[in-house]
Amino acid sequence: MPADTEVPPIVQMRGITIRFPGVLALDGVDFTLRPGEVHSLMGENGAGKSTLIKALTGVYAIDDGSITVAGERRSFSTAADAQEAGISTVYQEVNLCSNLTVGENVMLGHERRRGTGIDWKATHREAAGHLASLGLDVDPRSILASHSIAIQQLVAISRAMVLDAKVLILDEPTSSLDRGEVEQLFGVIRGLRDQGVAILFVSHFLDQVYEISDRITVLRNGALVGEHPVEELPRDALVTKMIGRELDDLAAIASSSHRTIDRTGTPVVKATGLGRRGVLEPADLEVYEGEVVGLAGLLGSGRTELVRLLYGADRADEGSIEVRGAPVKVHQPRHAIDHRISLSSENRREEGVVADLTVAENIVLGMQARQGWLRRIPQKDQDAVVKEYIEALGVRPANPNALVGNLSGGNQQKVLLARWLATAPQLLVLDEPTRGIDVGAKADIQRKVAELSAQGLSVVFISSELEEVLRLAQRVVVLRDRRKVGELDSASTDLDMLIDYIANAGEGSAA
Amino acid sequence: MNALYKHRLFWPIASLLALIAINAIARPQFIKVTVRDGELYGALVTILKDSAPLMLVALGMTIVIATRGIDLSVGAIMAVSGAVALTIIDGSGSPDNLATVLIAVVVALLVALILGAWNGLLVTVLGIQPIVATLVLMLAGRGAALLITGGEITTVNSAPFKWMSGGYLVALPVAFLIGLLAITIMGLIERRTALGVLTEAVGINPEASRLAGVRARGIIWGAYMVSGILAGVAGLIYASRISAADANAAGVFIELYAILAVVLGGTSLNGGKFSIAGTVVGVFIIQTLDSTILFLGIPSAQSPVFFGFVVAIVVVVQSPRVRTALGSLGGRRRSRGTSGPSTDTVEVAR
Repeated sequence: MPADTEVPPIVQMRGITIRFPGVLALDGVDFTLRPGEVHSLMGENGAGKSTLIKALTGVYAIDDGSITVAGERRSFSTAADAQEAGISTVYQEVNLCSNLTVGENVMLGHERRRGTGIDWKATHREAAGHLASLGLDVDPRSILASHSIAIQQLVAISRAMVLDAKVLILDEPTSSLDRGEVEQLFGVIRGLRDQGVAILFVSHFLDQVYEISDRITVLRNGALVGEHPVEELPRDALVTKMIGRELDDLAAIASSSHRTIDRTGTPVVKATGLGRRGVLEPADLEVYEGEVVGLAGLLGSGRTELVRLLYGADRADEGSIEVRGAPVKVHQPRHAIDHRISLSSENRREEGVVADLTVAENIVLGMQARQGWLRRIPQKDQDAVVKEYIEALGVRPANPNALVGNLSGGNQQKVLLARWLATAPQLLVLDEPTRGIDVGAKADIQRKVAELSAQGLSVVFISSELEEVLRLAQRVVVLRDRRKVGELDSASTDLDMLIDYIANAGEGSAA
Repeated sequence: MNALYKHRLFWPIASLLALIAINAIARPQFIKVTVRDGELYGALVTILKDSAPLMLVALGMTIVIATRGIDLSVGAIMAVSGAVALTIIDGSGSPDNLATVLIAVVVALLVALILGAWNGLLVTVLGIQPIVATLVLMLAGRGAALLITGGEITTVNSAPFKWMSGGYLVALPVAFLIGLLAITIMGLIERRTALGVLTEAVGINPEASRLAGVRARGIIWGAYMVSGILAGVAGLIYASRISAADANAAGVFIELYAILAVVLGGTSLNGGKFSIAGTVVGVFIIQTLDSTILFLGIPSAQSPVFFGFVVAIVVVVQSPRVRTALGSLGGRRRSRGTSGPSTDTVEVAR
């Protein structure tokens, strides 16, 4: 049921401009949302999707432009204002009170009253009604945290309905859902659309965007590229619009990665029986010069745990590590860095960037930490290094003085990569460097890894996207249930074989 | 003009200047500085001189707060430091001997350093929350000081020791010069070494800093030691001023005034970004306010109310809400047209 262009729009944004210090986040963007449509907002990380949403919901003040909701010119100064006007947002990280019950969350602020108190019985009954109308069979008296993320998200949507939302914004709602849960969510979305709710949908998954959307608006670098009905915009055209260039270099990356590695000498890093009770069963890992070793396995299989032990982020209680044949102690990250081993954590925000420092300070941090506080790296050298990496990795905005917290995920990842490359490591461990970032930045990062390993850098590469692992790595180490189950040569392995191997773990089913 | 208005020290400095202006209008004598025997005198000079203990303590507090910590024990460390020094001078039999005083000073500062290291140990190695860890010493320290002085107020008559608070050097009070020296050293370390940025990194995101290879533990520990030794110096100046070690009165509430000075100077209690210059201005605001109360002859019973009232105004003016509101008064008249990724300057329409 594609929306009719004749219907007057519920939200109309014209010439929206937002500036952050050193960043023009949105540059005169127009956006129109009509009742009864699912409208996807597409673009790379840093294209301005989140900023546009935050402008609409009153989180950011706009520097220029106008917002019209239901025919009325509005400017929201808080998220509560927007909510009152019928605009509700469900974020990727559910922002409900996980320690309250489902019913309390749904009805928060709209509890049924009896005298001066709250009529809990009626409140929960009404909550149950709202949940049921979305086809959700959940006990309103159960604690929210006891449910899966998918259910919590649907509860968040029920809450939006209690607030009588005319506009529902879903920001990356599916990133932690499995296939069945996505179906359930989509069912609810379609139902709401048919009731005339306008839905703004943001996702990195192209399949889902094409499955659910009626219309697509594409942003790039803070500017509007275009608005299209979904049937008039084929996938390749969408990707080209998003990244602004053709994506033919992934094939090139793959061919440059499939080199033969000389494994006769001493490995750059060799871990033997590395383990920690309750975290990882003892595992071996060898990485040779110029080799990319992929770690594959499901979330929680021990991929991250293994590299954290290798790096000293967590302390191993058994096993040994050799660097170029010499036994070394790695009890904390400092030790690993002294042996020129670097780890880029999967947790970009909490364990990666220092948000309130600038791009330049973040890049130099690793080098400076290695030098110690007494010997400050001369400003001239700092500027040179920062400039070199901003250019080499294409960090946007290319402003060394921008706060890293204001950058998009993909660009934060590039800053982290720059931090580690600036320390000239001999082994670089990248844990999910491409998670949650856009196609263009993903390709940039993969290209850089392939290029550096061809020059002799050893890399351990972890990614949930197995295509990436197979594309970049010469050898893939498979883990399952906190245990290493085997190794595969990626030249003779395809995706199906790898998936089979991960699932059937070390029973010799792979070729 | 706009850049000046947006500078993080704009409001602190404006508040300080406003305070001085109010005083100057009420009694023009306030800003008068006279030279007597080649030494400067006047209300402003007294403010500089009297601000020294708070200045030292607040500088240390700034670094500790930058690491996401807090040091409540500074007042107690002041008491201990004074008690140690005066007990040594008193027991020596030659209180006017320079060597005696030097030994007393060095020993007192060593003790202060050890107390700071104790705080650091609790916070970094044992992982106790800073407010709890330093509370221990805040309570226990005064007891220790009383033990050292034998429960009495030790008084001495020592010219070299008195010089620390009352003396002059190149026309300026020695106490002020000690504060100035501390400001200079801290400023230089922040600028010339990487300690400033590493401290901020640890304060903003400790785990990311650790994984980046920053010796977070050492930096935090060091901050408490710096705070301890600066409090020690402050304790000596205080003891010198009254020529006595009064364990019950030395540095009472100074931890709170120091925190206030840090906050007035624009450093967030959440840690991370800090400003030495801001703290210096914050200390001068508090000290000027203090002498305003004396100068305007406000009865002592009313002075805390007056002090609290003015501080409340300064804090409110600096709050993000009010700042944005005041900022948009000028911003509404902005001319349009300048756009581009890195234009921070905005033209103001006449």
